[in-house]
Amino acid sequence: MTTVGIRQLMKKFEYQKYASFIALIVLFVLSSFLSPFFLRPGNLVNILSQVSYTGMIALGMAFVIITGGIDLSVGSLVAFDALLGVMFMNWMLAAVHNQVTAVLLGITATILVGGVTGLLNGITITRGRLAPFIVTLGTMAIFRSLALFIGNAGEVQSQSSLYGSFGLTNILFLPVPVWAMLFLALVLDIVLNRTRYGRYLCAVGSNTRVAVFSAINVDRVKMIAYTITGLLVGVSSVLLTSRFNAVSTSNTGMGYELDAIAAVIIGGTPMTGGRGTVWGTIIGAIILGIINNMLNMLGVSAYLQGTVKGLVIIGAVYIQRQRS
Amino acid sequence: MNDTLLETKDISKDFSSVYVLNNINIKVIRGEILGIIGENGAGKSTLMKILGGVYTPTSGEVVFEGQTVTIREPIDAKRLGISLIPQEFNLIRELTVYDNVFLGSELRQKNGLLDKKAMMARTRELLLELNVDIEPDARIENLSTAQKQMVEICKAVSMNAKLLIMDEPTTVLTQFEIDILFRLMKRLRDQGATIIYISHKLKEVKAICDRVIILRDGNVISTELIENLSVIDMAQRMVGRELSQIFPHKHTPSEEVVFEVENLTVPGVIENVSFKLHRGEILGLAGLVGAGRTEVAETILGVRRAETGRMLMNGRQISISRPSDAVANGISYLSEDRQGSGILTGFSVVKNTTLVSLGSYCKYIIKLIQRQRERDSADEHISRFNIKTQSLDTRLEFLSGGNQQKVSLAKSIDPKPVVLIADEPTRGVDVSAKQEIYRLISSLATEGLSCIFISSEQEEIIGMCNRVIVMKQGGVMGTLEGESITEEQIMFLATGIKEGVA
Repeated sequence: MTTVGIRQLMKKFEYQKYASFIALIVLFVLSSFLSPFFLRPGNLVNILSQVSYTGMIALGMAFVIITGGIDLSVGSLVAFDALLGVMFMNWMLAAVHNQVTAVLLGITATILVGGVTGLLNGITITRGRLAPFIVTLGTMAIFRSLALFIGNAGEVQSQSSLYGSFGLTNILFLPVPVWAMLFLALVLDIVLNRTRYGRYLCAVGSNTRVAVFSAINVDRVKMIAYTITGLLVGVSSVLLTSRFNAVSTSNTGMGYELDAIAAVIIGGTPMTGGRGTVWGTIIGAIILGIINNMLNMLGVSAYLQGTVKGLVIIGAVYIQRQRS
Repeated sequence: MNDTLLETKDISKDFSSVYVLNNINIKVIRGEILGIIGENGAGKSTLMKILGGVYTPTSGEVVFEGQTVTIREPIDAKRLGISLIPQEFNLIRELTVYDNVFLGSELRQKNGLLDKKAMMARTRELLLELNVDIEPDARIENLSTAQKQMVEICKAVSMNAKLLIMDEPTTVLTQFEIDILFRLMKRLRDQGATIIYISHKLKEVKAICDRVIILRDGNVISTELIENLSVIDMAQRMVGRELSQIFPHKHTPSEEVVFEVENLTVPGVIENVSFKLHRGEILGLAGLVGAGRTEVAETILGVRRAETGRMLMNGRQISISRPSDAVANGISYLSEDRQGSGILTGFSVVKNTTLVSLGSYCKYIIKLIQRQRERDSADEHISRFNIKTQSLDTRLEFLSGGNQQKVSLAKSIDPKPVVLIADEPTRGVDVSAKQEIYRLISSLATEGLSCIFISSEQEEIIGMCNRVIVMKQGGVMGTLEGESITEEQIMFLATGIKEGVA
């Protein structure tokens, strides 16, 4: 093939669509050379389960970012929601003396609280005509503070022995949280690309005025996006507390908003909204996970990992800018 | 005087291997107003964007004042003295006139702070020179469209532009404002400036230009002195065929009243607007810019809230508080502001055409989109509307203005409305796309669609409408019907010289 032919072929190739995937493969190959332990199945599974908690939140974050918004409150909400969930479960356990009932009700309550708080974010933003950044910056402070207050800034243990086990269970070689993330991604990918709601989401993010004139209920579309994020925070909270069988009001969910936003951006969803990708977001989360994993294995200080993460985020946005 | 200011040599431009410009050779002579005309997609805007540094040509070169130049960025063009005044203004709304005039080349005091006084004084001088009545410290957002354009021109003049390129400057202006602009252009020319004037409006080209270059499908068709060309010649060379009658035959609507508006009032915006719309009727809404026509449309759609008044569809009262209610009641809107509220340029042709009616392409409770049905329907629209696009999945940003407008129309009628409000349906589109849009609206009316037709172009109103309502300052001044729909009568009512019978 001539060079011109190759160049044309390369021109046609949609980098935008596959950039994050290519980055993942490059990183994967690089890592397997850098560390002999990287390719061990145990390590790979470990990476996946570590990113699953923020990965599923990132899926909701992608929806919010597609509408042109942002949700900074997710990390604090994980702490608040997990705390309420565990406390409710402990209380139920004392009331009904049935492990299964208490745990199931606890899980439902945690997910519901997540959804309701997400909806509150959405209502405040749309009805109050306020900037998402400001509203969720506010609720970020509020949820963390409430969690610290209710939990006396300490740790709350779950009294259920059943609860602590399922979050670590393996099904077909993969832990439950990983399956949960993949399942949610599958569903949300269909929602984004195949349903009316997904189409509306992109329309609202591309041009709100056109969306309004196209008979789209813009406020509702946005509220649903924040609610979905809240529900996913709920699921993440359940799996997280189940893993530790406890909630630390000061540490749980710390910095999750950064990881979630980073995964979305690295995955190829532009901050300006209007379009986005679900699987790209999962890839973005995994890329972050691999980077963390490698830094650990190479003995880089844990304190420096934030620096690397920050650089990767800025780099990803820079590359996006170059492409457009 | 016949020296060449700018020359293009074999300029070609392709977008992903589709040629939009094909070996263009043109000369711009110092001190002339050069008209460049052509249909949408003929390559006028692309050529100008190459001169302005927005695009780089695939091949060929630009010679400016005898030197071969490379214009890679808008800043390069600016340095050479080429100033492009785009259709959408590049002014910052929140800043004042003088801030905008000096944007990027601010005057400073010795201590480094802005020398606002000097900038204001210089702007005042410039405005005076151009004979424009605008205060230098007025905010852009408080200016009319025409005034904004004057500021753009002032900005170009302040940078001592040798070549001024104006892309469709009169689209948003009233006749009065157009006259002011033309006087200004002539004065600039007499002072030695060179102007390239791009337009669809052939009468205006005839009135203002010294020479005309006609483009068709990316080729230069002819270059003529203006006195050798009539308006009809220009139109025929642009289109490349004889123009048959532009407006389709008017057909008689039925007596049945479909839609009725009673005493619609939005305080300070529209007042006591009432009218009846018959099945298959095209009802014109005429008036000067700012008469409240678009506002009537927006109130019917529920974008503005009416304080009093009611609407009836087939005799039943309907309540509309947002556009989705309007669509549910069979009312559809074709926006005057194509890119601002009509279409999504980042969406494909299919996704645009079905955006309003998406619900009807969905199944199950989760509203799963049936993609094949959606594509079939978009395909139908493409062939019915003769939309020129590479594929169904081409994003609208790659379509010409006329084709974008047809997609916008397709989007409005895809929900199969009973009433279509077409707001400036042919704004910024060329003669043949116009003709097609007239035919489409007319054939839809024959099929029983009722249309409220808003337009600032008298010819259109006269050529298309069965009845015409003329508005002034938010109120209905009178209704014209049949033979009485004439340019004179409309102007009498629109300007308030004569009160009609409402």
